[in-house]
Amino acid sequence: MDVIITGIKEAIMLLIHLDPEVLSITLLSLKISGTATLISLILGVSSGTVIALTEFKGKRFVISLINTGMGLPPVVVGLFVSIMLWRNGPLGYLELLYTPFAMIIAQSIIATPIIMGISASAIQHLPKNLKLQILALGASRIQMVWLLIKEARLPLLAAIMAGFGGVISEVGASIMVGGNIKGYSRVLTTATVMETGKGNFELAIALSVILLTLSLLINAVLTYIQQRERPR
Amino acid sequence: MSKIKAITLFFIIFASFVGGADAMEKQKNIILATTTSTQDSGLLDVLIPIFEKKTGYFVKTISVGSGAAIKMGEKGEADLLLVHSPEAEKKFVESGFGINRKLVMHNDFVIVGPKEDAAKIKGEKSALAALKKIADSSSVFLTRADNSGTHTLEQKIWKKANLNPEGQKWYQQTGLGMGQTLKISSEKNGYTLSDRGTYLALKKNIALEILVEGEPILLNIYHVIEVNSAKWQKVNIDGAKSFSDFMVSKEVQDIIKTFGADKFGSPLFLPDAGKKDEEVGK
Repeated sequence: MDVIITGIKEAIMLLIHLDPEVLSITLLSLKISGTATLISLILGVSSGTVIALTEFKGKRFVISLINTGMGLPPVVVGLFVSIMLWRNGPLGYLELLYTPFAMIIAQSIIATPIIMGISASAIQHLPKNLKLQILALGASRIQMVWLLIKEARLPLLAAIMAGFGGVISEVGASIMVGGNIKGYSRVLTTATVMETGKGNFELAIALSVILLTLSLLINAVLTYIQQRERPR
Repeated sequence: MSKIKAITLFFIIFASFVGGADAMEKQKNIILATTTSTQDSGLLDVLIPIFEKKTGYFVKTISVGSGAAIKMGEKGEADLLLVHSPEAEKKFVESGFGINRKLVMHNDFVIVGPKEDAAKIKGEKSALAALKKIADSSSVFLTRADNSGTHTLEQKIWKKANLNPEGQKWYQQTGLGMGQTLKISSEKNGYTLSDRGTYLALKKNIALEILVEGEPILLNIYHVIEVNSAKWQKVNIDGAKSFSDFMVSKEVQDIIKTFGADKFGSPLFLPDAGKKDEEVGK
């Protein structure tokens, strides 16, 4: 127990003194996971909406694929992204392996199915007649889609939280494709793993506390936006 | 402000952070594949900034086990290696994957275990005899089982002692790095083989003691090897050579000589540049 209390104390000290290394690690975590969430949001919401609104053969199969993707193990993603990005691999010429960009790619792959799956089910769960009603009122197809997305905004915000929560806490893929390079691709989770390995438990706990606080803050903001006006 | 706008703003702020990131710049990167012990000891955190400042290269340190590091070299995914698995290294060079293998430094391995020492190996001079006692008493022994330098040496000692612990109930695989394996050994009251540096770094958090040490077979020798650019065109040969030369330079060897002394009471590594393999530890 002592180690946890010391760890929390250390976290507070690191935060008060704005330790430059911890600060840069925290900012990098935010940058990488924030960008990945943004990319996943664009890809996930658009494709999720299309899947929800169109009828095609094998739709159920596609949806079950997406639902499986929601539980995509990060290490599997990490392994495949690494192999693709290897110098002598198919995308090696891009020289992306062991960069923050590789981490963004991997995290986007992890978060996209999560956001896609929740978006698709959110749009599907809207009242069936709503779509017809909007169209009957003379809206164009694009306006209709936009209105539906707006109507499903509560579950969509939940999708963002789930996606962001998934990637900021993810370590397996980040360490594989980022390499945990000091001052360059070291993020909160990979630093925690490394400090645990070194036996610096206090620092590891301090980093965990910072990660938790960060997640809490971001989710609090998103929840605030989500709950500000309750659905009628 | 509508909700959608608020969310958009939220992510634009994020995106602007990213816009400011300097990660896009193309650098003259060197990929250094190394063992966890060199990173966990903090040695590279001291040496690499000096090297980068001097040469303008950017070193990407990927710390994995020696086995994985050598595999990266074989695939041309690293520019140079800093590893401690002599036999695998020789094979790597002989197969033409690596060139200019240079001795950098050494420390030693120790057999650690619980204070109670059920197998009674404390003070045993020979590592072979110690492992035999552990096997005879079926005491729990934790193995890295990850093809790291430490694991390779451990297998070598079992083999020399004519023992095959694989599959025995008391012989347990962690599949993890040295630090985590030490912690598990401590929790399970088991024995394990560790490099001295990692043990010293974790000593205060684990209940394990050094029981066997000081035998030549337990020497832990680190070499740098440049990956052969004749095999893999994309290898940064100039960068690799530059870092390899740096590791055996007087400046670095002097740093190694004292590194860790303030924290652990004695240096973690002994510099060996310019020596022959046989001369190490004499």
